[in-house]
Amino acid sequence: MSLLSLAIWTPIFLGFFLLVINTKISNTVTYLLGNLFGLISFFITLYLYFLFDKSVQGFQFQEFAPWINYYSINYHVGMDGISLPLILLTSLISWLVIFISSNSVKKSLAFYIASFLILSGLMIGVFLSLDAILYYIFWEAMLIPMFLLIGIWGGPNRVYATIKFFLYTVLGSLFMLIAFIYLYTQTGSFSVIDYYDKTLTLTHQVLIFLAFFMAFAVKIPMWPVHTWLPDAHVEAPTGGSVILAAIMLKLGGYSFIRFALPIAPDAAIYLKPFLVTLSLIAIVYIALVAIVQTDMKKLIAYSSISHMGFVTLGLFMLNPLGFEGGYIQMISHGFISAALFFAIGVLYDRMHTRDISAYGGVINKMPIFGAFFVLFAMANSGLPGTSGFVGEFMVILGAMQENFWIALFASLTLIFGATYSLWLVKRIIFGVVKDEQNNALFDLNAKEFFVMALLAILTLLIGVYPAIISDITNQSSAVIMDLIQQSKLP
Amino acid sequence: MTNIFSVALPEIIILISAMSVLLLGVYFNNKNSTSLFGITQLTLLLSAYFTAQLPMDSKLLAFGGMFISDSLSIYLKLLSYFSLSLVLIYSKDFLFQKKLLTGEFFSLTLFALLGINLIISSFNLLTVYMGIELLSLSLYTLVAIDRKNKEASEAALKYFILGAVASGFLLYGFSMVYGLTGTLAIDEISQQLMDAQASSFVFSFALVFITVGIAFKFGAAPFQLWVPDVYQGSSTPITMFIGSVPKFASMAMLIRLLYQSMDYYVIDWQSMLLIMAIISMLLGNITAIAQVKIKRLLAYSAISHVGFIFLGLATGAVTGIASALFYVSAYMLMTLASFGIIIILSNQKKNEIIEINDLAGLAKEKPWMAFLLLITFLSLAGIPPTIGFYAKFSVIQSVIQFGWVWPAVIAIISALIGMYYYLKIIKIAYFDDPNSDKKFVKQQNFEFTITLSINVMAIILIGLFPEFLLDITTLTSILIF
Repeated sequence: MSLLSLAIWTPIFLGFFLLVINTKISNTVTYLLGNLFGLISFFITLYLYFLFDKSVQGFQFQEFAPWINYYSINYHVGMDGISLPLILLTSLISWLVIFISSNSVKKSLAFYIASFLILSGLMIGVFLSLDAILYYIFWEAMLIPMFLLIGIWGGPNRVYATIKFFLYTVLGSLFMLIAFIYLYTQTGSFSVIDYYDKTLTLTHQVLIFLAFFMAFAVKIPMWPVHTWLPDAHVEAPTGGSVILAAIMLKLGGYSFIRFALPIAPDAAIYLKPFLVTLSLIAIVYIALVAIVQTDMKKLIAYSSISHMGFVTLGLFMLNPLGFEGGYIQMISHGFISAALFFAIGVLYDRMHTRDISAYGGVINKMPIFGAFFVLFAMANSGLPGTSGFVGEFMVILGAMQENFWIALFASLTLIFGATYSLWLVKRIIFGVVKDEQNNALFDLNAKEFFVMALLAILTLLIGVYPAIISDITNQSSAVIMDLIQQSKLP
Repeated sequence: MTNIFSVALPEIIILISAMSVLLLGVYFNNKNSTSLFGITQLTLLLSAYFTAQLPMDSKLLAFGGMFISDSLSIYLKLLSYFSLSLVLIYSKDFLFQKKLLTGEFFSLTLFALLGINLIISSFNLLTVYMGIELLSLSLYTLVAIDRKNKEASEAALKYFILGAVASGFLLYGFSMVYGLTGTLAIDEISQQLMDAQASSFVFSFALVFITVGIAFKFGAAPFQLWVPDVYQGSSTPITMFIGSVPKFASMAMLIRLLYQSMDYYVIDWQSMLLIMAIISMLLGNITAIAQVKIKRLLAYSAISHVGFIFLGLATGAVTGIASALFYVSAYMLMTLASFGIIIILSNQKKNEIIEINDLAGLAKEKPWMAFLLLITFLSLAGIPPTIGFYAKFSVIQSVIQFGWVWPAVIAIISALIGMYYYLKIIKIAYFDDPNSDKKFVKQQNFEFTITLSINVMAIILIGLFPEFLLDITTLTSILIF
């Protein structure tokens, strides 16, 4: 059995295994087994990290097996520097979600943990597939556990949110399927690598790009197709929000890098003004929307959209600096948003409200938590020394190479980001204790401390030494940049 | 000319069995339904065995060229036996409790099957019509078999009147074709039209009448009005039967009449099929959203699926037929599974699942049934990795290959609309709390549960490894011509 398949299928099979045996075992055993399975899956990806050869361009650990010869669909997986950090992120965050689950989940714990295991396997599958249909199947199948997670363990308006989430995502991905089928009729293959060499006229490229755009823009999400995200975040359980923000949004960014940009580079150049405008609207307008939110989760959800605007801006600058910046921003946002949603989960478990006005002076009762929260809020607003700064700075530099005004608009977010983050901190952490209930708060327990500390270390590590990511991605992003900068017009 | 006996042996077996089951039912005084069930299943098995003996790659004619055995007939007949066998397993207990598991029921299903086989194997317009009448008359009676039920009688009457009108359309079309070409044999009609080399005004009328008749029997919009009423009015097992097996006959009828006899007019019937496909997909899916009764919802869902089958067939190409054959096979598995779940949960009279809200809380009380329902409805919605995904995929692929991108886009939008109500059912089963006044039936029937589970697992497994079915359907459709 090869390693990449192991990374994909281990969590899926272990998840189903947990579902099958769950009636025979107690909740404690379920929890311990779930953690064990999550760790196994994490260590497999960590092992891949140590085996990965950073100096090689192109895909490593490739596996190829014919699957459906009728449509020349193959089981083809491979890993490059673009996918490696993302699968590490996926397996780590998935394990942390399982690790923290016993705090907040009261009903059918086994089903909850199994859903996350299966989900993480499917997401790793998306990052590793090199066959369009294999990729598409992982992409769609991933919705099923998330649909159930929000629907079963979510808040009061969960049914609306989960159906909206499902339909929005499917709408986009169906257009992507049409694009894949069209490319298949042109090249006779579903292999992504074959698509890279295919010359296409500008009209076709633009249509294909827009079809991909429908799918990925919804997932990222870009303005104006972002409206499912605040709903899904608010209604999802803590674990669901964490996975949504930390990983699912990255699938969109990753897919732009893997599919839309290299397959239709001329269309990307042609549509650049449009794409950059949408990204800037997301950065500035959504940041303003975030300021006025009264619900903590909604605020962080809008801040996620604004930060993902940076990712798309960086990618659509189509220059190496912006590309690299956008990529680092994805990884960094994965840690920071996960930490913030964990933090909100910590507060919610204690107070059962997400209303900002119900809090105040939390630091008096929870000093350690307060320290972490301030750190992550700072990182969220792009404080130098944290990972949030690196990505945004590089994207702004990349934009500056392109056009002064784009850079100016983009950098506005440093002000707005600081505004909503710091104001949130002021209202929740500092100030006077407004509500009697706040006196009942108690500080982080060991599990919560571990999760917070781990994410804090990673955030700072990438902040001071971003080469830990860029070393891995260098060669692969050079390949992708080459593909993007070559014209593919016939 | 080949030996009539060997070509038509399955039909002869079915006919003998249909009559003997009727007699045996009277002899047993309807007390020993298990043996009748056994005889019927044995009949299906024997017919399947003898059908499988026929060669796929050659066309055998019998009865003076009125009856044909080719790849299409063998494939569709085997599917019919298989699905009828499942229908009988699923409906056994339900009908037994309603005291409907009598000799007449088995005899009528076998006669309906004989009609289906006749249509599938017909190579002459007369045989087509004979098959249609045999099938339809059996179905009308089956719908009304629960004679104390007013709704069922009403549905039967509606079905009978509208079905008779459709048969009339077909017959009128046939008569015009006969008037123009002087023959009723399908290959000769094709030859005559080819030789004439000119489109005739009268012939376009004939084409319209025949296409309308086919669309009516298929249940495609805008000739779908009988579908929801019949689905809702009949007992659930009868609905399951009407919803699955006769589709194969309609499919064969369409291929024989349009592809094999009127292939010269392909441009004309293509556009008709395309328009009906689009109307069916959109109308079926949009109307289904508003339904609260589960059988009515499945009826509208059936209309939209027929739209997809029509879309594949509208291409007029071999790949289109292959994709439609794949779709109809996948649809058979899904539709049997969905009705099977409804029946298994409502075996007692007072606890029948009628409205979709009756499924509330299923996941808490019967997690395995809820899981089967999840898979089945996701497959109907076309989410991978289920067979429903490849069904839609193959149709859309053949349509895009043909150069029609916009019908593919419409198909995809309608599929998206359809997902909403499938998700709504999953939502009710998984997220809602159980109704206090409805209890799910404790299931004792082990073979039913096992068969249903295998059926649903097939939906996933063929979804993961669809290659053999794709190969079979492609081979079948290549060998037709």
